[in-house]
Amino acid sequence: MKVGTFKDFKEGCRDALPICLGYIAVSFAFGIEASKIGMSVFQAAMTSLLNVTSAGQFSALEIIARNGSFIELAILQFIINLRYMLMSCALSQKLDPGLGTGHRMGISYGVTDEIFGVSVLRKGRLYPAYSYGLIVTSVFGWVLGTSLGAFSGQIMPERLISCLGLAIYGMFIAIIIPDTRTSKAVMAVVLSAMALSTVFTYAPVLGTAISSGFRIIIITVVVAAAAAFLAPVSDENGGDKE
Amino acid sequence: MSRVYLYIILMAVVTYLIRALPLTLIRKEIKSRFIKSFLYYVPYATLAAMTFPAILSATDYVLSSVIGFAVALVLAFNKKSLLTVAAFSCAAAFIVELFLH
Repeated sequence: MKVGTFKDFKEGCRDALPICLGYIAVSFAFGIEASKIGMSVFQAAMTSLLNVTSAGQFSALEIIARNGSFIELAILQFIINLRYMLMSCALSQKLDPGLGTGHRMGISYGVTDEIFGVSVLRKGRLYPAYSYGLIVTSVFGWVLGTSLGAFSGQIMPERLISCLGLAIYGMFIAIIIPDTRTSKAVMAVVLSAMALSTVFTYAPVLGTAISSGFRIIIITVVVAAAAAFLAPVSDENGGDKE
Repeated sequence: MSRVYLYIILMAVVTYLIRALPLTLIRKEIKSRFIKSFLYYVPYATLAAMTFPAILSATDYVLSSVIGFAVALVLAFNKKSLLTVAAFSCAAAFIVELFLH
């Protein structure tokens, strides 16, 4: 059977334990940020349950906080989460070609950086039962951490919350900086994106005319396109070791 | 229904479609080297743009943010885990703020 067994499901749950723990911590930071803009515990948890994307959810908070436009939110989510498209393409190669659309739609729900990482390392075919184990365990941590964070955001002392605001940026830095050691192109991408972002934020006209959502969209498209043109990646994992 | 729920559902739909369309429709690998490269660089550009300069106003004081940022950079450059980088960055900012009060 192409779907896998209960044993595959349990293996998925076991392999996702580290993800679950990491997600509790990361989404705790998201929960605090969500409570800062006035979202309830339920709204924050619902956001996490339906989206399961750290950068996407975090960037959306700013737009929600200022009652931004729906178009801007949609484009921002599209750009920031575009990488999942690549991961989904890669995962589709590991599925049984005859696997039905229903299971494909189920696996789609849980395509995140971490779940993708564990899934592609799985030997042989990827069975839906295994994916569901990964997803259930990971999303449990993601929603639990969010709820705890949103709840704590309402009761914790202000000074502690102030410092925890750094957590989400600390994680972003931990994701992008290590690869700058091995790839000059990634280093250039990170530095130019930060430089452009600074210009867009503080320049006299740009800073007020362009919202932070569109700022991220424009910078991502310009910098990633320039890098893809100047330093196209070679192997299929995309690592260019210069 | 509050506007917040519309935002949540809209972003959920967009994000789900990004994940589901390739898995259900495209069953071949992407061939274009440019598109593959572009998608590879997207997270670095997005996260970098989201982090700086926004991180400077992440805490109540610019000084504690700068110290927290520096700590995160050093730890991340030495390949410490997500949790370590985030935790020590917050802790550094907290210690700085103790002195500022």
